[in-house]
Amino acid sequence: MFSKEYLFKKVAFSSATLILIILVSIFVMLFISAKPAIEKYGFNFLTDSSWNKTVETKVPLTPQEIKAKKSSKQKINTEEDDSLFADDTPVLGGDEASDNEDSNFNIITKNIFGGFVPIIGTILSALIAMAFSIPIAMGIAVFLSEIAPDFLIKPVGTAIELLAAIPSIIYGMWGLFYFAPLVQKVFGGSQISLLTAGLVLGVMILPFMAAITRDSMNTTPDVLKESAYALGATKYEVVKDVIFPYAKVGIIGSIILSLGRALGETMAVAFLIGSVFKIPHNLTDPTISIPVVLANNFGEASGDMMSSLFFLAFVLFVFSFFTIGIAKFYFLRGRR
Amino acid sequence: MRSRRLLLNKIVLILSTLSAVLGLVFLSWILITLFIKGISSLDFSIFTNDLVDGGLKNLIFGQFFMALIATIIGVPLGMMAGIYLREYGNSTYANIIRDLSDIMMSAPSIVIGAFVFAVFVAPFGSINGWAGSIALAIMLIPIVVSTTDNMLSLVPKELREAGIALGGGKHQVILDIILKAAKVGLTTGILLAFARIIGETAPLLFTSGTNSFWTTDLSNAFPSLTVSIYNLANFPTDKARDLAWGASFILTVIVLIINLIGRFLTRDKG
Repeated sequence: MFSKEYLFKKVAFSSATLILIILVSIFVMLFISAKPAIEKYGFNFLTDSSWNKTVETKVPLTPQEIKAKKSSKQKINTEEDDSLFADDTPVLGGDEASDNEDSNFNIITKNIFGGFVPIIGTILSALIAMAFSIPIAMGIAVFLSEIAPDFLIKPVGTAIELLAAIPSIIYGMWGLFYFAPLVQKVFGGSQISLLTAGLVLGVMILPFMAAITRDSMNTTPDVLKESAYALGATKYEVVKDVIFPYAKVGIIGSIILSLGRALGETMAVAFLIGSVFKIPHNLTDPTISIPVVLANNFGEASGDMMSSLFFLAFVLFVFSFFTIGIAKFYFLRGRR
Repeated sequence: MRSRRLLLNKIVLILSTLSAVLGLVFLSWILITLFIKGISSLDFSIFTNDLVDGGLKNLIFGQFFMALIATIIGVPLGMMAGIYLREYGNSTYANIIRDLSDIMMSAPSIVIGAFVFAVFVAPFGSINGWAGSIALAIMLIPIVVSTTDNMLSLVPKELREAGIALGGGKHQVILDIILKAAKVGLTTGILLAFARIIGETAPLLFTSGTNSFWTTDLSNAFPSLTVSIYNLANFPTDKARDLAWGASFILTVIVLIINLIGRFLTRDKG
């Protein structure tokens, strides 16, 4: 009935479409799972810095409840305190001795969630990583494309690429036990901090950024470079006035793409950022980032916390999707 | 004037060389640390005992097994998608898929873990090895798509024309001529993709979790080397930390060896 040719083409088409399906389902599933939190907190979630904070709200009692309360007053006073203050249990306010207006309210304790601290932590740690890695990555790229003698290009290039192949959890281990003490010696503060997390993140994205930047620089036609040299330009001038302008778009693309990677990195940061829900006032303060909140809490979460975690995952996904999208669409179009 | 230009040139060249040296310093620092800490904590019992008895046998197997299942799921899908993009897709649709696949390649791995949790863990009530494998497969597919797309683009047009001229159907030309011509590049790409997913931790944390015992049952919590490294490193005892270093050393050796094999295969092709 169907020719092999037809089937082959259909299977190929379906496989390509699967990519679209997976991406759309990631969006949809994250959104659906985050929906309770989105409905409850809305955009306040993004600017609220409390996480799992217990708040008490007074809810007026209905007439029936007042009646029920009066009849149960005796019973309450004989019960143990512990059983009354369990999570999410309405606690009847006031007691017999001070029977004032408070007694007509229910005090409900509930936990509220806001994502401001991890959002700020994610952005700051990524920015520190960029500040550290951009100059060094540019230096490596210039070295590999312009300075290194032929016999060094291959081994140094391979070494830098191997640095990119090391799993992120290894960066975390090394960062925690060896790099953090060094950072502490130089900058003071605690070993576990925004700064150490950002720097290790910087070391991680360094080879990635350097590799794409070098590839962009290598697209500069030799004729242009040779003309500049013939006019008496130094190597630095060729890099600054010929290669950088020519490869500018690709270089900016590689930086934004690396930023996208840095935003979503989990393991290297999980070891080092400290996992504390506090806005850092100092670079050497511990804080937390979105991937780390997810890594640490996903296993045991339920209810509001679960949907808040999905909310954070959704925010992170949208954020990195657009960052990477911008890099690909505007800057790295047609390059691989 | 002239000397200032030359001086500036020299300074920049030195700084740039120092950057490369710094990169190499980081690489050797990490590798030497791993080697020293890893070797000292390795003994033969690590390869014969499971985690519950202080070894890594089940973890190494589990990590390999999940990455293997992910490869079995992901490679055919990724290759077929790549074939579509390069051989059939001369359309806006193909370009959109290509861009989306590139974006997916850089998507945060922890978010992929959260997605797989919502679809393959939450409905079943417990973490399981299948979910871990699927999360890894989702990471793998875009890498394979990109490799296939690139490698097929290197196959000369004349080979395609010759195949058609011999009377082959398009799918025969693709399967018998183009894929064979691109074989080495594709193998390398798949090896590198495998090396990338076998070192992943974040997508496994709450999909497969890890397991102290030997198991081959993918419907249970499944042993994972990387997740166990994370757990062990946060343990307060020296013994657990030593084991974490040993595991890190083994993981890095595996990843780097696969990478070097991949590079060796394509050494003549630039």
